[in-house]
Amino acid sequence: MTDLILFNVTNGLIIGAFYVLMALGLSLILNLSGVINFAHGGFLALGGYVAYTIAPFVGFWAALLISPLLVALLGLIIERTMIYRLYGRDPLYSLLLTFGLAFIFEDVTRAVWGATGLPFTVPAFLSQPVSSKFFFVTEYRLFMVAVVALTVGGLFLFLRFSRLGVRIRAGTLDLETVSSLGVNVRALRSFNFALGIFLAGLAGVLAAGQIGLEPTMGANLLMPSFVAIIVGGVGSLPGTLLGGLLIGVASGITTVFWPSASEAVIYVMMAVVLLLRPRGLLGEEGLLS
Amino acid sequence: MIAHSNRQPLLTLGAIWLLLLALPEWLPMLGGYMALGTRVVVLGLAAMSLNFLLGFTGVLSFGHAAYFGLGAYGTGLALKLFTHSTPLALLLGVLLGGVAGALLGALIVRRRGVYFAMVTIAFGQVFYFIAFRWNTLTGGDDGLRGFERQPLDFGVWTADILHQPVLFYYFVLATFALGTGAMGFLLRSPFGRTLLAIRENERRARFLGIPVEQHIWLAFTISCFFVALSGGLNALLNNFADPTMLNYTQSGEIVIMIVLGGIRSFWGPLIGAAVFVVLQDYLSSLTTNWMSFLGAIFVLMVLFFPRGVLGSHWLEVVRSILFRLRRLGAQRGGSA
Repeated sequence: MTDLILFNVTNGLIIGAFYVLMALGLSLILNLSGVINFAHGGFLALGGYVAYTIAPFVGFWAALLISPLLVALLGLIIERTMIYRLYGRDPLYSLLLTFGLAFIFEDVTRAVWGATGLPFTVPAFLSQPVSSKFFFVTEYRLFMVAVVALTVGGLFLFLRFSRLGVRIRAGTLDLETVSSLGVNVRALRSFNFALGIFLAGLAGVLAAGQIGLEPTMGANLLMPSFVAIIVGGVGSLPGTLLGGLLIGVASGITTVFWPSASEAVIYVMMAVVLLLRPRGLLGEEGLLS
Repeated sequence: MIAHSNRQPLLTLGAIWLLLLALPEWLPMLGGYMALGTRVVVLGLAAMSLNFLLGFTGVLSFGHAAYFGLGAYGTGLALKLFTHSTPLALLLGVLLGGVAGALLGALIVRRRGVYFAMVTIAFGQVFYFIAFRWNTLTGGDDGLRGFERQPLDFGVWTADILHQPVLFYYFVLATFALGTGAMGFLLRSPFGRTLLAIRENERRARFLGIPVEQHIWLAFTISCFFVALSGGLNALLNNFADPTMLNYTQSGEIVIMIVLGGIRSFWGPLIGAAVFVVLQDYLSSLTTNWMSFLGAIFVLMVLFFPRGVLGSHWLEVVRSILFRLRRLGAQRGGSA
């Protein structure tokens, strides 16, 4: 029984790591630009598929970096041609635009790579179990968690100490002042958008190695990411991190006791959080509410 | 001037109802089939119900598919498990969706803007997963089967809405009339005017002593009740309900119908629903990649016609497209 619980908690943490990468990207874009990016799941799936296509030529390690960069470039193009027009308008419009983009992404992915799932092979030494006792902890899982931890750590250091990162955080609080201090807000938003999409692409490559490729793989992770943001508190990146891990573990533990409720449980958590602490666990009062 | 502005809505109203009432006459001539016309009216009611909240209260719910689907499942389950009365089943479906909306609405109502949209989307998904997972009750992924709409018994005459599509269409249209009539009446009442005031300037409304949260909650609940009604009709139309009706993609489709038709217009969403349903029907018969086309419609709509079919000044739209093309050409010419 303890093994079973341990197994599912580990599983939950790993799923939670996906949620964290995805939700952090969504959160970055939401905080600075006020756009809920429905196409985020589409970018994630694309990241996985592009890695699948280029890995035979450049190898797994290069694909892990190149694929998210390519996806981020696509994100940048979309931001500069379409999404920037909707900044400052009713959120309804950016929601609908990215919603339409999500449709297109899923359909194009399906048309190019097929509707059936594809396997994504990871380097052989990563697919060994760590030990016979903890057979469920393959090295790939450890590797994945390590990549996520490094990325998240890097992101927080970047936001804390680099000039660009400080500007992004300042822009979240008061974009007008940042703009009047001479920062090119349009470029800042574009960079920030691409950064968020990069995280989605990276999550896509990692997810491809763990759960395989499917056109809907990103869409399935989208809703839990929303929940992670709301539970952690809209506007707070540490909150998003906490929220993602929490709902991952909660859904992992529920799998032990009541498997068919493992998806619904995170929404119950969200309801409880909204009831007891409407701003979310680490959210600040008044921001975006 | 005043006489003119009073007459125009009456004219629109007359034209719309004439077209709707005569639909079984003219639709087949254009190559449409009865179920398509019925679907337009059903989804038109869904879009108009959501627009009660979105267009007239100014609050964006992106999770209304949940209440649409709950109405459908409630109606279907009632017919399957314990009643042979179509209207009673419909009523139970409406209650299920409406009460769920009222309860969740109380949690959501303090949020605003993007945050409100996100919370509504996320909560909407709960019911999707319940319908998806509760196999024994809902049929899970395969959807809910095993129920049929039952003939309406008026004592002296029985309307066989199951086998006569035209009769079922008129049953749907009568329900539609009740729903839209009630919403139109509410919008004309002091309550409706208060909603408009909140939409226009929430802070001012608050200073005037209007209990804003209470009004938004009421508008949300009313909107959920009517969207559940249209969901129930949809289940009756197909004699089937499936989890995708509860999914957020369905919510997005309802919202795009509203924007297509014109967000500030009472009847616009009906026209948006007509455009959307016919286009979807046509595209899906034409190509397997209809999702891309649908997505492209979303994108083009938002970028070029944000005011919708009824709200756009068409001359301005054409002019702005021409202007953009010319500017693009000038940029190309300049850089070459």
